[in-house]
Amino acid sequence: MNIVVLLKQTPDTESVIRIAADGKSIVTDDLKWVLNPYDEYAVEVALRLKEQHGGTVSILSWGPGRVVESMRTALAMGADSGVLVDDPDMEGADSLGVAKALAAAAKQLNPDIVLCGSRAVDYDLGQRGAMVAEFLQWPHVALATSIECDGSKVTIDRPIEGGKVTLQADLPALVTFGGSHGIWNPRYASLPGIMKAKKKPLETKKLADLGLSGAECGAEAIKMRTASMEMPPQRAPGRIIEGADAAAKAKEVARELHEKAKVI
Amino acid sequence: MGNSVCVIAEFRGGNFRRVSSEVASEGRRIADVLGGSLCAVAVGSGISGKAADLGAYGVDKVYVADDPSLEHYVAETYVPVIAEIVKKCDPAVVILPASVDGKDLGARLAARLDAALAQDCIQISCEGGAITAKRPIFAGKTLAWCQWENNSLPIISCRPNVMDCLVPMADRKAEVEKVEVALPTPRTRVTGFELDTSGKVELTEAGVIVSGGRGMKGAENFAMLEELARTLGGAVGATRSAVDAGWRPHSDQVGQTGKVVNPNLYIAAGISGAIQHLAGMGSSKFVVAVNKDPEAPIFSKADLGVVEDLFNFIPAFTEEVKKIKST
Repeated sequence: MNIVVLLKQTPDTESVIRIAADGKSIVTDDLKWVLNPYDEYAVEVALRLKEQHGGTVSILSWGPGRVVESMRTALAMGADSGVLVDDPDMEGADSLGVAKALAAAAKQLNPDIVLCGSRAVDYDLGQRGAMVAEFLQWPHVALATSIECDGSKVTIDRPIEGGKVTLQADLPALVTFGGSHGIWNPRYASLPGIMKAKKKPLETKKLADLGLSGAECGAEAIKMRTASMEMPPQRAPGRIIEGADAAAKAKEVARELHEKAKVI
Repeated sequence: MGNSVCVIAEFRGGNFRRVSSEVASEGRRIADVLGGSLCAVAVGSGISGKAADLGAYGVDKVYVADDPSLEHYVAETYVPVIAEIVKKCDPAVVILPASVDGKDLGARLAARLDAALAQDCIQISCEGGAITAKRPIFAGKTLAWCQWENNSLPIISCRPNVMDCLVPMADRKAEVEKVEVALPTPRTRVTGFELDTSGKVELTEAGVIVSGGRGMKGAENFAMLEELARTLGGAVGATRSAVDAGWRPHSDQVGQTGKVVNPNLYIAAGISGAIQHLAGMGSSKFVVAVNKDPEAPIFSKADLGVVEDLFNFIPAFTEEVKKIKST
């Protein structure tokens, strides 16, 4: 089974985010970059599918050279090879442009299944998977919290508001992953894995290699941009409830919520 | 592009969901600014009878695709149908719910229409005819205003529970136009559909959330929070550490790698306040924190802080709430 995982590098979720001087981007100097947690679940699933069906796992990513470090993490977990779309003409591309480039690059890898996170923990636009599937003209099933694949079709559970749906798609298909670390338990890279990862093939591609240009998926093709950023409104300093014991405090909180805040 | 607004209504079990009223109301507001009409797209099975009721929230005309094969949302079947209707409406903006299905639909629809989607927005502005939308990024640590290039169709999904709903105009009905659909043979099938009938409130749509963290000490102690949530008509949430410990299902997780919530009241019990949790609940309208440790970071995000053992406080507080509810 030929498996492709779309991977994004994001700032660690512990990061403090600050707005840059231009007022429309974030300060990146002191950020720690990690493999987007939801994409890490996809890497784990890809490795399990390979263990089950054989085949190869290719990591496909885009962005500047620093992304290679996160790709190596996935290779150290057990993926076989990587392709990074790194082209100056991609700088400033929007989701649509990135998805076009990823779809073209995925096509060249001739996959049976493409896996990725349902969202990225940075800009959280939640659209990469669905867009890539549309450009590939493939079915996609999103937000998987479980997966079964027999080599010709894939079945997932998808949580919806107040319930769950079970969806099945014929391969080739794209699957995005939701859930949590606890559900997928992505494996850690072993020391031998890390050593091996250094020698695994990692190819860099330009848009021209994908038969695309900046006019189609770079800054020139942008349809939506960030006009400005602002910090969320600060909560006014709160009040610590005083009281002789838990019962007195409980009474006071209930009174505040009922009479003043009017939320109960 | 015309000056009309197109909203995509979400149905379940033959009725439109509350988020549909929210996007219709927001769509009405924008349509009035643009001086255009408001059309809605309704896709589902057995929904024709209800579609006209969207008029109560300001919709002028509803395009209805009603077919048994459209009972459940499947991207592959919904997207082509909706894309055709949107093309026909030729709107200035498309607005849909940032529900689980809405987010997925919006993304694939945007790719199909070669348009750009701003996901999970909390405010839409329309100054001088130019649409902009505000959305949280980094799970709400920062907010970004999105703007669209000329001649590019804005698609905006709205976070549930944020947009103000119009007071329904009971007698106002929308004009209904049935759309014939020619569906491709889908390569995707719904093989199971289960709704939780226990009456449990969905976190992202809950008005009140009672969340527990590491301080809960074990799965069994969440019964206490369940009771409080039930008394308040709310839902129970949890921190990542409580979920990772196996005390709660992942669907309860609030935070940057869980759900971002914005209830009227958020009660944090035994939660220290890790930055990734604060990101998920920071936009709650009123926050009460209960923690034994007066230095816990959660207190800096709380309107009311209670330095107390939660095992004493929560049962006492639940009793007080019951007293209020019974008067």
